[in-house]
Amino acid sequence: MDDAGSVIAFWLLAALTVGSALGVVAVRDLIRALVLLITSFLGVAGLYITLSADFVAVAQVLIYAGAISILLIFAIMLTPRASRDNAETFLQVPALLLAGLVAFTIGFISLQTDWPIAERGGFGETASAIGEALLDKYVLPFEMASVLLLVAMLGAIVLVRPEGTPEE
Amino acid sequence: MPFDKLRTSGPLAAWYDLRDLGHYARSLLGWLGDDLGAPDWVTYVVSGVIGIVAILLWLLVSQLSFIWIERRVIGRMQARIGPNRVGPRGLLQPIADAMKLLLKEAITVRLADRPLFWLGPVLIFVPAMVVFAVIPFGKGMTLADLNVGVLFVIAIGSINTVAVFIAGWSSNNKFALLGAMRTVAMLISYELIQVLALLGVVIFAGSMRLGEVVAWQSHYNAWLLFLQPLALVSFIIAGAVEINRSPMDISEAESEIVAGYHTEYSGIKFGFFYTAEYFAGFAISAVIVTLFLGGWTAWGLEEWVPGWLLFLSKLYLVFFLFIWTRGTLPRLRIDQLMAFAWKFLLPLALVNVLIAGGEVLAWREGDISSNVALPVFGLANAALAAQLIVGWGTFMGHLKPERRAKRAVLTQELGAIYYVPAGSQGAPPERPLGEP
Amino acid sequence: MSVGLEHYLVVGALLFGTGLYLALAKRNFVGVLMGVELMFNAANLTFVAFSRFVESAEPLSGHVFVIFVITVAAAEAAVALALAMLVYRNRETIDMDRINLLKW
Repeated sequence: MDDAGSVIAFWLLAALTVGSALGVVAVRDLIRALVLLITSFLGVAGLYITLSADFVAVAQVLIYAGAISILLIFAIMLTPRASRDNAETFLQVPALLLAGLVAFTIGFISLQTDWPIAERGGFGETASAIGEALLDKYVLPFEMASVLLLVAMLGAIVLVRPEGTPEE
Repeated sequence: MPFDKLRTSGPLAAWYDLRDLGHYARSLLGWLGDDLGAPDWVTYVVSGVIGIVAILLWLLVSQLSFIWIERRVIGRMQARIGPNRVGPRGLLQPIADAMKLLLKEAITVRLADRPLFWLGPVLIFVPAMVVFAVIPFGKGMTLADLNVGVLFVIAIGSINTVAVFIAGWSSNNKFALLGAMRTVAMLISYELIQVLALLGVVIFAGSMRLGEVVAWQSHYNAWLLFLQPLALVSFIIAGAVEINRSPMDISEAESEIVAGYHTEYSGIKFGFFYTAEYFAGFAISAVIVTLFLGGWTAWGLEEWVPGWLLFLSKLYLVFFLFIWTRGTLPRLRIDQLMAFAWKFLLPLALVNVLIAGGEVLAWREGDISSNVALPVFGLANAALAAQLIVGWGTFMGHLKPERRAKRAVLTQELGAIYYVPAGSQGAPPERPLGEP
Repeated sequence: MSVGLEHYLVVGALLFGTGLYLALAKRNFVGVLMGVELMFNAANLTFVAFSRFVESAEPLSGHVFVIFVITVAAAEAAVALALAMLVYRNRETIDMDRINLLKW
């Protein structure tokens, strides 16, 4: 991707994404960390668009920034006020070392490997092709995903039902 | 046809040019690109800027006009005059409103979260304005005709939820937080119904691109409102909820929760919320017009009348429908709203998707001609929609006889006044005192 | 100056490292959940980058995988939230340092 627009877009969005992710680590308030996480999700959606993955980008905004963020908001609301300070456990330093090591290893390997780059350029419209693949080649995981979602919904409801409700 | 000769010569030729406003922008860009030799990205940026400025100007002008229109119309519906003090017939009322909001003291609560407090009004604007980027205003007049336009509209609408929560949370006010949580619960329920309603549209049109949906409606000469009435009703209701408009304005009802998530905002920050509500109303109306009412086409009338004029008239008509409902219906409670979404609209929307899929499959596989198939589908869908609404409502207990509105019955004697049921002859019934 | 596959992979690696740190070192349960979601996003970004740049018989299988990962992440976030509420109800805390009944 050589043109100036793509390059500028990539660097801006990458800075936004990684900056927000580091902000989630650093800020002292949990709600602000959540807002920065949402910004990070939107940055990733932007990166998808630079990779001409239009359907996945819109699905990312819809599901991650629109729905999973709300789940996290409700999770924060339903938990005590005292622990909303985004503190770290006593395992800070080992965690930092391990995370740094993992990130470095992944980065190093991806820079060293010779990837077989295709010359095809960006995609056109991906939505119809994804739809066909979902119903043609990947129909079994698709059906299993719907069962998984149903089970997760039911499980979440059953888990948080208040004790003592009469079976109706 | 005699129209063709009129189009290219004579006094109506200039009128013909107005049909395609993009023509002027394109000639400007052509001059920039070819004559001046500017690089591609300059042309791109200039076209984007022209589109954005045009949309913003139109939105602001419409919003100012509609502040006046809405208050006068609702005043008339409520048997009063509405604002008529400021300027002739109250026409300068929007200016007075804007100046009041600008000059008021913008109080920031001391314990509020300053960055998030600032971010709330800013973020609430984003969905309302960004949606207009994918709407086709006329022939070739879309700012960015995305391949996933329909899904983009829903996705950007879901940012509304986050914005409302940030506004409510950062006020550090229990009323605001309560209002924000209720609003968020309401918004996520109705988002689902919006998606399912639009899924029916996408199944018929075969593409998620808004320009293609309009082209489909123009090609088959069938507005999707006739083919998908249940989806239209669901989407209008879900849209009214998404923009927090009466009768579903539980999140900002003054009599219930002070002002909900924007309690602590004053001055121009409140002005932002107020403006964003109008912009969002226009956005939902624009989406309804594009997807269900044929967009800028009207069975061939767009050959004569400019497409964007048709689009704007339809948009204002749909927005007038929203104003009408606001002046007429009383507010719904939050539990009534949620029960309505999950128990009534969601099953209907699912059945609608199923029927739509079945119909399109039969149409394509069976190779039925569209002149036969579409009227049949339209009539079948309309009958099905009526039957489902009445049947499911009865099954859920919404239409029980004891819940229907009745004429008032006097249950107590007041002196010598008796209520005589309609149709009987005159004389008051013999009743002992004290019994109804 | 052009942007290639390696740039996206490095961004993915950084996001993954940040998510891993959050998942390991945060005291609040929701902080851990945020880290897990970041890791999912990093993996998704890597998938889509590969799908765009690398030679393949069906390039869009990366996108299909990402759709499934998003789906499963949503389901997992819901169940994790339910578990967090349950833990809070029983233990009166969601401090990861104090939820240690299964420790040796």
